Amino acid sequence: MLIDHPLLGLRDSTEFIYMGDAKLLNRPNWKSKNSKTKFIDYGYLRKNPAGVHKELWYHEQGDRSWLVVTRNTVTHEILKVELARYLKSEANAK
Amino acid sequence: MKYSGIKVLWEGLRGNMGWKPLWRNPDPKTSYDIIIVGGGGHGLATAYYLAEKFKITNIAVVEKGWLGSGNIGRNTTIIRSNYLLPQNQPFYEFSLKLWENLEQELNYNSMVSQRGVLNIFHSDSQRDAFVRRGNAMLMSGADASLLGVNDLKKMVPFLDFQNSRFPIKGGLWQPRGGTVRHDAVAWGYAKEADSRGVDIIENCEVTNFLVKNGRCYGVETTKGVIKSKKVGVCVAGSSSQVMGKIGINLPIESHVLQAFVSEGLKPVIPGVITFGAGHFYVSQSNKGGLVFGGDIDGYNSYAQRGNLPVIEDVCEGGVALMPMIGRARMLRIWGGIMDMSMDGSPIIDKTNIKNLYFNGGWCYGGFKATPASGFCYAHLLATGTSHHDAKDFLFNRFEKGRLIDEKGQGNQPNLH
Repeated sequence: MLIDHPLLGLRDSTEFIYMGDAKLLNRPNWKSKNSKTKFIDYGYLRKNPAGVHKELWYHEQGDRSWLVVTRNTVTHEILKVELARYLKSEANAK
Repeated sequence: MKYSGIKVLWEGLRGNMGWKPLWRNPDPKTSYDIIIVGGGGHGLATAYYLAEKFKITNIAVVEKGWLGSGNIGRNTTIIRSNYLLPQNQPFYEFSLKLWENLEQELNYNSMVSQRGVLNIFHSDSQRDAFVRRGNAMLMSGADASLLGVNDLKKMVPFLDFQNSRFPIKGGLWQPRGGTVRHDAVAWGYAKEADSRGVDIIENCEVTNFLVKNGRCYGVETTKGVIKSKKVGVCVAGSSSQVMGKIGINLPIESHVLQAFVSEGLKPVIPGVITFGAGHFYVSQSNKGGLVFGGDIDGYNSYAQRGNLPVIEDVCEGGVALMPMIGRARMLRIWGGIMDMSMDGSPIIDKTNIKNLYFNGGWCYGGFKATPASGFCYAHLLATGTSHHDAKDFLFNRFEKGRLIDEKGQGNQPNLH
């Protein structure tokens, strides 16, 4: 697979480390209600879709940036690549 | 149908016209005592043990494709019980004991071949870890012995003993491990389950679960509604897809694992051999092909095919361990979808919905577990309590912090 890095262009996927579902960007607030349940969900439970999946790839052998890659898990087609640091975290607001 | 030497002789004399299909092809009834979703190895084994050990025969096994079309038909056929953790090892040893008597029990030749499993180690610290593992195996009643370099030179002289980067220091040897003809396991279980009255319904996809007041009372399928007192899901590889139909998120990611077969060769590999410095394992099929594999590709996938970097890595590992296979040509490559759980261990448990049960999360090690998985799942479905050897394979181990992390990697599925 070739990942179209927003800054570096097409890079081979072997330069990256895979970290799974991009929900990991939205760490729950430990002070929130039900934070225990939320952390169990955050740490262990996954939607694991057959189809479009937002996931984290770390460019370890490159510029060490974290990417959010939108990829189809059935065809391996990569639909979108974004730098994680530019994405707004959504979960902590609550 | 009963197989015997006399039957083979008799059929040979009569032009082999008397053989019959091993299982019926029934239409689903309107209701059953138990529905098992998934007609793979584990599902069929569950149906067989429910009928044989727990005397429940009003069962349907519903399968989306054809019988045994999932990972029971696309694995590397190895059986072994060489785990370390006390939650795992007794379970896999129970499984190996069931394998040893499987052909007699099913009256079906599944070619269980206890040719031995050899795990090579390459450093002092790895030897210490393998000694510990061997002791854990012995404590569970399994067999294990530690072999030195001289033993290995006699047993497997073709290994690269001169490799200066990864010198071979010895191996952990389990003589009772081996290989099995994988498809025949599904067919054997199907034959015996069917003969006890279990309905095996192929090409029947479960599209939804019937749930009322937190209780499951059946399934909707492409062949209509089927009611049931209990429903057991057993679809490793597609677990998240099936359980997602009723909104249950699982501690599982689906990953692709590739396997490889070389052209047919004369007998060269005695038993199963694993490389300790990379991820490579190999055995030789009865047809002569080298059957080998390595790591999962490492990203979520439902594609049943992998990518080239892992193929290269596996082949490099193979040639580093046994340079002689460098001249063998690769014949086939395929991929299977693995339920990679968060701690690398399986789940056999009830769900939050009453009368709905779950079996999955087998990672890349489900084949060897087939008999024990079926037995323990049947025990859970029939009695409502976990079997002694599978009592730790529960959903709540994640929230309780009782992970069964054989590799010690934490909650990252692609590292297990």
